[in-house]
Amino acid sequence: MADRRRISVTINGDTYEREVETRLLLSDFIRHECELTGTHVGCEHGVCGACTILLDGMTARSCLMLAVQADGHELLTIEGIAPNEEELHPLQQAFMDNHGLQCGYCTPGMLTTLLEFLRDNPNPTEKEVRIAISGNLCRCTGYQGIVDAALDAAGRLRGEAGA
Amino acid sequence: MGAKAMGARVRRIEDPALLTGRAVFTDDIHLPGMLEAAFVRSTHAHARVRGVDASAAEAMPGVFKVVTTADLPADLRTVRVPFQVPNPAITQPFQQRLLEDEEVCFVGEPIAMVLAGTRYQAEDAAAAVAVDYEVLPAASDCRDALADAAGLCHAGSDNNLCAEFKLGYGDANAAFANAEHTFRVSLWSHRGAGLAIENRAVVAEPDTLRDVVTLWSATQSPFLVKQNVVDMLDWPADRLRVIAPEVGGGFGPKTVYYVEEALIPLCAMMFERPIKWVEDRRENFVATNQERDQYWDMALACDGEGKILAVRGTMIHDTGAYMPWGIISPYISATTVPGPYVVPAYELTTRVALTNKVAVTPVRGAGRPQAVFAMERLMDRAADGLGIDRAEIRRRNFIPAEAMPYSFGLIFRDGKPMTYDSGDYPRCQAEALALADYDGFADRQAKAEAEGRHVGIGIANFVEGTGLGPFEGATVRVHANGKITVYTGGGDSGQGHWTTLAQLCAEPLGVDPQDITVEVGDTGKIANGIGTFASRIAVNAGNSVHLAATSVREKAIKVASHLLEAAEEDLDIEDGRIFVKGVPDVSTTLRDVARAVRGMPGFSLPGGVEPGLESTEYFSPPQAAYCNGTAVVEVEVDPETGRVEILSFAMAHDSGNLINPFIVDGQVQGACAHGIGNTLLEWMGYDDDAQPLTTTFADYLLPGAPDVPRIDVVHVESPTPNNPLGVKGAGEGGTIPALAAIVAAVEDALGPFGIALDDVPIMPGRLAGLVGDARARMG
Repeated sequence: MADRRRISVTINGDTYEREVETRLLLSDFIRHECELTGTHVGCEHGVCGACTILLDGMTARSCLMLAVQADGHELLTIEGIAPNEEELHPLQQAFMDNHGLQCGYCTPGMLTTLLEFLRDNPNPTEKEVRIAISGNLCRCTGYQGIVDAALDAAGRLRGEAGA
Repeated sequence: MGAKAMGARVRRIEDPALLTGRAVFTDDIHLPGMLEAAFVRSTHAHARVRGVDASAAEAMPGVFKVVTTADLPADLRTVRVPFQVPNPAITQPFQQRLLEDEEVCFVGEPIAMVLAGTRYQAEDAAAAVAVDYEVLPAASDCRDALADAAGLCHAGSDNNLCAEFKLGYGDANAAFANAEHTFRVSLWSHRGAGLAIENRAVVAEPDTLRDVVTLWSATQSPFLVKQNVVDMLDWPADRLRVIAPEVGGGFGPKTVYYVEEALIPLCAMMFERPIKWVEDRRENFVATNQERDQYWDMALACDGEGKILAVRGTMIHDTGAYMPWGIISPYISATTVPGPYVVPAYELTTRVALTNKVAVTPVRGAGRPQAVFAMERLMDRAADGLGIDRAEIRRRNFIPAEAMPYSFGLIFRDGKPMTYDSGDYPRCQAEALALADYDGFADRQAKAEAEGRHVGIGIANFVEGTGLGPFEGATVRVHANGKITVYTGGGDSGQGHWTTLAQLCAEPLGVDPQDITVEVGDTGKIANGIGTFASRIAVNAGNSVHLAATSVREKAIKVASHLLEAAEEDLDIEDGRIFVKGVPDVSTTLRDVARAVRGMPGFSLPGGVEPGLESTEYFSPPQAAYCNGTAVVEVEVDPETGRVEILSFAMAHDSGNLINPFIVDGQVQGACAHGIGNTLLEWMGYDDDAQPLTTTFADYLLPGAPDVPRIDVVHVESPTPNNPLGVKGAGEGGTIPALAAIVAAVEDALGPFGIALDDVPIMPGRLAGLVGDARARMG
């Protein structure tokens, strides 16, 4: 049953070559084959959004993709967002400054979803932010800190002083 | 910084690791040679197990072993989960076995565990284990379960009633006999599951050379897990170390202990292999404890001015098939009813029903939202019946602030008479009403009506016993290199313990919270602990840290007075330096003091002190600290679709002194969101055979960002005299009044249709149906 393929996936700029079962989920490939465990799994049926990653710059649910489908593609996960080990990305800093996370389990999906959203919508309204993250469940925060962080990050990314 | 740490909006120390993916959750642990587990769980709510055939499964690729009851040591085949919290009212305290091979009593009960090289192989094999069931009648709805002809939850028992108790004081019947007015409600109050986004997870690493196991578990209560595992397996206490690493949300269900947490370390030792099990979402819906149905029949007697004379009634509580947490939830419900009001007489009879469903144990709010719903529905009925404004009738019945401390004759779950320690209930409601612009609502409603829109407003008050004992300890240690660590037992699942406890440690020691390391949830780091539940960490661990850090400060000053040859009262601490006041050059450091009390071989310690610059304190609160609050919610309802939009949610919250308002705001906002979900979307459904109907996030709806409004929070701070910091718990307060306030608002919005809302959740389909029925009635 174990049909296997050799794949090569670039994650956060590093190339991972592995032979994997064709049925292996991309989320499990990232977490357990590449040991990039910052991407989280909450439902494995595509609703909670915790496993969201960027695939060639577009959000994708890594629990709804097979690893073999990512062969030859470039992925960005939470580990690849910060510019270096000392600094946070403005979006991450905005999460910290606005209490945009409590347990942190939904955070990887929130960050990747908002990275794409703010890139395409640099000056969003609160309602647009709420719709943008409507496919990401958070049980801790009531979303307020996350929404505030997204709006704050939008200002920082636009380079507004004091944002 | 140090001296102002308490009450400061300090950014969270734990955030950078979580924001960059470096934080380690249980499923992030990879160990060499690790086996992965998958469970064979009952597919029937009630059945006799005639046989388990694992032969096909054992022959499958990668399968190491299929563990059934027969594979367990003989003395562990029949052992049951230790009974946590006994109560004389409990007559049938059924508890689970490690694996069941005779009679399964809920869908999801574990029958066998497959161990394989990968999770994929384990799941393949679990599906190939053949279980021969003889299906038995099941008890599903808890009201039916208590009827004579009901299917028995446990074959061979006399009935499904597992506990019955009456609570009250005063002569309620006499008050009703003489009352000018009485009002009655019949309520169905449903709670949802906890549904942390991280499911449960367990990793066990055996060390057969040292005869010890390290168990990582996504639990709120590592010390309770340890105690239960060693009790159930009859192990020496030192064999097991339990670590709660990063935990992705708790919300109650991760408080209690589960059989997987014993079975996995047991098998890890038996087979000398590390084992990991990570619950999947479907398992979480069937095998992780929930809160569920309560049916209330309640009546209120009052005079013509709306002054309460008595409250009485009955309640049926669905507890599921087993009761690992006894009757804690319904008991809390029963004691929460009178709340902030002067209720001269009260009587409630509670019957607890066994049903063939996963056990009920507390979910955020723990029985209180249902009780507040009952009381506040009665207040609304009385207000409407007497033509008194809903805020005004509450004002007329509040316990006045000057009556504190206030006792009224009930015994709380901690066994102590309920004595509200502090609080200003009238002020709390006034603050919430002001925040919501209650006075302007009539105009807003009239304007909306003119536009054909339906808006309404609702109010709910609550009082919540928080910060329960027995204790939570803390060790504060200044290492010989000057680094400071705080150790405490309760794990963190998002509450920000590292930051909060670092603040409390920083203040007496005159250092920056950022310079303190906090280690939580590891039974190897402190001798005793309990866990993170019942809004108890700020009170218990917080005060322990405060006391321990204060004691370390006193010792540091005492030793420094010898080193500096200065009087203790002339010394102060700031930025890690101990100096003579007014002569800052005459100073030493915490690091040098820590080195001095580490000692030098052959020399005496300075000042005859004990070795080590550290202190351990176990603060034990004399009783619960009573938090309170008021929610005022304004909604717009679309009568065609039943969609409820929350226009504003004002919350006045009094949890005593605030350690970190930044974190407390987040706790209150999140708790409100939990209540919003419970009220409008979340329903854990079962059919008549107790088969779960909602086992995905497509069937069971959690609130998303568009469903949850901005929560406006105002803090009223009434410090409790019952602990040195004057703090009360803050983790659940938002959940407790949300249900009652939202339902009242929706009912108000649908006033033109004359709909009484007594059942929750009020999902859009149900609401639209009620409107349709009302229209048909109205012609």
